[in-house]
Amino acid sequence: MERDDIIEYSLDTHHDEATGVQLRKKIWKVTALLTIITIVEVALGAFIKQSSTLWELVKWSFIALTLVKAAYIVLIFMHLGDEKKTLKYVILLPYFIFIVYLIFILITEGNAVSAALKAIGF
Amino acid sequence: MSNHNETQNDSATTWGGKVSPFSTSYGKLMMWFFLVSDALTFGGLLIAYGFTRHACQVAWPIGEETFNSLPFLGHGYPLLYVALMTFILIVSSVTMVLAVEAGHRMDKKGVQKWMLATIVGGLFFVGSQAWEWYHFIHGSEFGKIELADGSKAIVKGHFGEIKDFTVVEAGKHHHKGAVIKDDLLHQFHHAIEHGKLKNDTITLHDGSKALVHRAKDEHVVLVIKEDGLKYKTGQHVDKGADKIYHEVINSGTPHRVIYGANLKVNEYGPTQYAQFFFFITGFHGFHVFSGVVFNFLIFLKVVEGRYHRRGHYEMVEKTGLYWHFVDLVWVFVFTFFYLV
Repeated sequence: MERDDIIEYSLDTHHDEATGVQLRKKIWKVTALLTIITIVEVALGAFIKQSSTLWELVKWSFIALTLVKAAYIVLIFMHLGDEKKTLKYVILLPYFIFIVYLIFILITEGNAVSAALKAIGF
Repeated sequence: MSNHNETQNDSATTWGGKVSPFSTSYGKLMMWFFLVSDALTFGGLLIAYGFTRHACQVAWPIGEETFNSLPFLGHGYPLLYVALMTFILIVSSVTMVLAVEAGHRMDKKGVQKWMLATIVGGLFFVGSQAWEWYHFIHGSEFGKIELADGSKAIVKGHFGEIKDFTVVEAGKHHHKGAVIKDDLLHQFHHAIEHGKLKNDTITLHDGSKALVHRAKDEHVVLVIKEDGLKYKTGQHVDKGADKIYHEVINSGTPHRVIYGANLKVNEYGPTQYAQFFFFITGFHGFHVFSGVVFNFLIFLKVVEGRYHRRGHYEMVEKTGLYWHFVDLVWVFVFTFFYLV
């Protein structure tokens, strides 16, 4: 049955070959970038050991690179960058608020538990 | 990219409730909501892992020490295999975007081609994960040992190959003088775990005793992972390490050597480490597997031409969203389980 009470947003997403060429170029660029990041990560992991003085720096760059990769996947591959602003924030804000909070509170708590166990000589 | 925002937006449609506030279809929106909740689940799991790691009193395993094998090539390739797995998953995510892009041009052949590539990539990944689990469960040739002073150490070096067992005392199945050449490493590990190796003489399942012919271990280094009276965590012992190792495995005491991993003990580190490894990578692997199934079902309908008749390939977009999400989760699992 034809429904006239909803707008078919899915039909709006069509594009022509010219736009397609551009989009594919962008996709391959992002692919190259993600690949390079992964190679850099593995090389860093293989050459700089956890006992090294540089390790703290390497650890934080791993986390930063992970967030860069995640951003490219979500914004480009999942097209969230092309969605309306409202949708973008409805999806992203829970993480900026709750996950950041949860990381902070549980890592702090973890360290406190560790210190308490040490104090009683575990 | 699209012209969502240009959709008729006069007051009649706006106030008539015809417009989605997000300018997106119901199906896509619901997929996003599902992914938001699923991401919170994975977030919770990974943060629980972080909590446990920070609260833990003993040394946490190091990714490149735990995962250093390649199929057919053996040990000594830190993180290379998991890097390959990560790359495969990223590429399959790329082929998925290309399928979606082809769908926007109503290019049925293109959608078919790229979706098939995505499915193959997904199967590769699931297979690799199975291999990784197999290796994780069976563990290294050396195992983790408990030294005489109570400290625990992992062992690095070249494991001396087992040539055969020669039966010196008959049991139920083997007669004296028989030479056993099958399943040697497995029986060897099993006997050591149960304290059934002494003076290089192994007691087999059937009660017979056999002399083990094994090449010498080379370049043995013990890396201390738990403090004892003499050795402290982080210390590397290489002088006389092969002798110490030989003594430990020949002590005839059960549970001094641990091989591989299960939910109770593992050779890599604390119990919780293996539990989290099994749960999180297992849960992710289950997502990948379901993703492959979804992709395959959608692929069949693409081939059948259903979406072409419908006039748009939005179903490919929705299953694509799920597939990218699986890749996204792996990016985090990769960092927190293998890298840091």
